[in-house]
Amino acid sequence: MKIILKKINLLNPEFNINQKEIDILLIDGKISKIGNVSKEDFEEGECFDFTGKYVVPGFFDMHVHLREPGREDEETVLTGCNAAANGGFTGIACMPNTEPAIDNAEVVEFIKKQSSNHLVDVFVIGAATQGRKGEVISPMAELFEAGVVGFSDDGVAIKTSGILRKAFEYSQMYNLPIIEHCEDESLAGGAMNESLNSTMLGLPPIPSLAEELIVARDVMMAEYTGGKIHIAHISSKKSVEIVRIAKQKRIQVTSEVTPHHFSLTDDEIKSYDTNFKMNPPLRTREDIYAILSGLKDGTIDCIASDHAPHSPEEKEAEFELAPNGIIGLETEIGLALTELYHKNILSLENLVEKMSINPRKILNIPIPKFEIGEFANFTILDLNDIWTVDLSKSKSKSKNSPFDKKLLTGKPVAVINKGQMFYKDKFMKI
Amino acid sequence: MPLSNKHLLGMQGVPKEDIQLILDTATTFREVLERPIKKVPTLQGKTIVNLFYENSTRTRISFELAEKRLSADSVNFAVSSSSVSKGETFKDTMRNIEAMKVDMVVVRHSAAGAPLFLTKICDANIINAGDGIHEHPTQALLDMYSIREKLRKIEGLKICIVGDIAHSRVALSNIFGLKTMGAKVSVCGPLTMIPKYIQDLGVEVIHDIDEAIQENDVLNVLRIQLERKARGYFPSLREYAKYFGITEERLEKNGKDILILHPGPINRGVELSSGVADGLNQIILKQVTNGVAVRMAVLYLLGTLN
Repeated sequence: MKIILKKINLLNPEFNINQKEIDILLIDGKISKIGNVSKEDFEEGECFDFTGKYVVPGFFDMHVHLREPGREDEETVLTGCNAAANGGFTGIACMPNTEPAIDNAEVVEFIKKQSSNHLVDVFVIGAATQGRKGEVISPMAELFEAGVVGFSDDGVAIKTSGILRKAFEYSQMYNLPIIEHCEDESLAGGAMNESLNSTMLGLPPIPSLAEELIVARDVMMAEYTGGKIHIAHISSKKSVEIVRIAKQKRIQVTSEVTPHHFSLTDDEIKSYDTNFKMNPPLRTREDIYAILSGLKDGTIDCIASDHAPHSPEEKEAEFELAPNGIIGLETEIGLALTELYHKNILSLENLVEKMSINPRKILNIPIPKFEIGEFANFTILDLNDIWTVDLSKSKSKSKNSPFDKKLLTGKPVAVINKGQMFYKDKFMKI
Repeated sequence: MPLSNKHLLGMQGVPKEDIQLILDTATTFREVLERPIKKVPTLQGKTIVNLFYENSTRTRISFELAEKRLSADSVNFAVSSSSVSKGETFKDTMRNIEAMKVDMVVVRHSAAGAPLFLTKICDANIINAGDGIHEHPTQALLDMYSIREKLRKIEGLKICIVGDIAHSRVALSNIFGLKTMGAKVSVCGPLTMIPKYIQDLGVEVIHDIDEAIQENDVLNVLRIQLERKARGYFPSLREYAKYFGITEERLEKNGKDILILHPGPINRGVELSSGVADGLNQIILKQVTNGVAVRMAVLYLLGTLN
């Protein structure tokens, strides 16, 4: 089966590839020719006119909640993968806060089996401690053998410094990172960021300090043990400053930010709309400025969605009682292009690094190569298309997002991986 | 001039004219309460639901009396908050109630923002009877009414709210309302119970109770909720009473005539000594009576808006 991508711009910063207006021939999913596609090929193959579009190494979201096993009413591996493909991703890493938690090889194998035929590669993050309870470290060797790419008690931080140390030491044998949801529970437990807004809205506050203290603890522990720490969904100015200093000290620390944390503030909560309830909570304009500067200078390595599906009956509730989190896979690229690329925070190369290359590097996953004979692992982007988010068209099983009806500039138009292609606009096919 | 909003969700953003209108209307109803037959036909044919997701005997009775004295048909709907997460959702409950064709809903809920949530799913006038640690507007209105009745004004007065400000809906509603009416507002309590950004509302923070007594015309003393101690917000009731409690000795020492309000129920010997709770400075039971009149005014003004 031949597929021809016509007049695309080819960009892969990892391998210094930047070519304009070029044709690519794929045969059975493999890159067969770059440029010089013959007339016969054009006649035999399925042809897509991608004039002005960019082919980049398939985007990768390293922070996704698939809810299976346990809450299949909210998302399954399959629907999550469909949302990922629709959102422009060819790879995701799923978090272990399922029921049961991903703390043994069987659950890892189950998830891998559920996704094995899908275009989207699903990688699994294992629990750092058994049952994510923070008491005993998980069977990390067994989990590594089953193929996990990192460890996390996601949803909570590893409870005590003592267990954290052991998790760092044990996981180092397999060169895998500890991914931390940084939050000091004894300071948190509220419903929104501590600010004048929380006082005026009468919502129990979560100070950004609750995050910063654990970020500081974790980077110090990484330094002491020589382990690798990845800070999930960084949200506060001081957290960014701590990570920046830690990087200067050559501590093995990386970090990610979600689109909502670089685009929304806690002012939104004045409506008590629970689609603005997430953990970490939305912060302030000042925090967003710090996050943007962290993205620019490399303190923040990745963009990740923290895709968190919730059922409407649970999410459409009183603010304090509603669960945290929003779905994000299908708005992530649009928000990143709108808020970061078009506002000159990141170049396209930088954006590709943060949404494709860096997350794979952190999780020791090979970067897609654009070489003859390689399987094509592509995300194809239209940088300038103006579109409106329509949640009713989402492929996710849940619809909890504050971005419905939002106007965005730039979107993914197709993904190709494992010999499969998913594309949105049929008119591109000629 | 009618009220500018069809709901009363909080004192934040309520204009001075509206507050004045409510307080003036309450004066009329206050007179009704002194009659032998304490009933007027004003809201005849209107149906009001008192939707209480949190226990509150006094506020509910006060609203219920106000409704009955305005000749409205009122029903009580009490749900324990703990059953919310398990049973019927708040949204479904509210849709059911609305299907019964009610005109007004008085709502008390442990979650902030619940009254606003109701305005989005139903057409009735919504009156907030206390939402979480957010607002309790009719309490602030009755406090203002009582202050105005006693001191003949609110503007220019120095008023200090004493106690657990961080977990009080009474405090926030008082701050918004009193500031709109031109009072100078301060708060006094252990710093563990003062919200971090409260100064940004233009409120002075003090933690010396003697200073609070000396500097102010009115003290609005909040109830110390005993469960806060369990969470470590203050070390012991004894220590609280000693350093933040209002006693006769303390009033005498500061030699000052000061007006004392308390939303009730009182913890005698904790935030107020018994002597002060029954003494000449306080108007605690007047507040209770005024509460009915103020709630009548709110119900009347909202119920006759259309």
